[in-house]
Amino acid sequence: MSVKVLFLGPLADLEGASEREFDAPLDWPGLLSQVSDNVAGQLLEARVNIACGGKVLPEKTTLQARDGDEVALLPPVSGG
Amino acid sequence: MARIAVNAPVDVRVLENGFSVGEALAAFNAAHPDSGGITSFVGTVRPDGEVKALELTHYEPLTLPGMEEIAAQAMERWSLDGMLAWHRVGMLTPGQSIVLVAAAARHRRAAFEATDFVMDHLKSAAWFWKREQRGTGADGAWHWISPRDADYSDRARWEKE
Repeated sequence: MSVKVLFLGPLADLEGASEREFDAPLDWPGLLSQVSDNVAGQLLEARVNIACGGKVLPEKTTLQARDGDEVALLPPVSGG
Repeated sequence: MARIAVNAPVDVRVLENGFSVGEALAAFNAAHPDSGGITSFVGTVRPDGEVKALELTHYEPLTLPGMEEIAAQAMERWSLDGMLAWHRVGMLTPGQSIVLVAAAARHRRAAFEATDFVMDHLKSAAWFWKREQRGTGADGAWHWISPRDADYSDRARWEKE
């Protein structure tokens, strides 16, 4: 019963891992309490998004990840 | 004949390996023989300072769908015959191409604007992250590249109309 959480881009350096497993179900308060303080601080920034099950959440505080879901923490992008 | 084929009207790719800009554009031209105007933009790793390598990572479940949505918006907004948007991931060295965007249209203005629009969105609204390796020694140090304010304001230009 777990949720895989991916730390994309610079968030992986802040967490010290590119992915971690957390107990399911996982909601927003649960996520904030289990990631490192540095990543939790980033998650509170408006430009950091969260995807669950391959979809970007319009409102990340509504996160409700179930067993088997993949949650991706998406910092500001820099393409091109 | 072009050695590679591109899909018409829209060809969007995330590429793990290097590509030939010349061959891609030849194929794009061949796919749109009736277009009066074709514009393209190529972004390359700047060979400046101490940069030794650039690494592009992405979030695969979102990357291609996101790029396809950007191309679809351009197709809807301008009168275009076709769009091409290719973006590299992985390890690149100075001088290598990161991104190629091309638009085919009956008239040039639509092609120029659509290319500009797609580039602005690839810079700050597609799911890529890049970091560069600088400094001396075998490994050097890796630095994440943050989006610039100009990247956001460039994209915001398209929201005014």
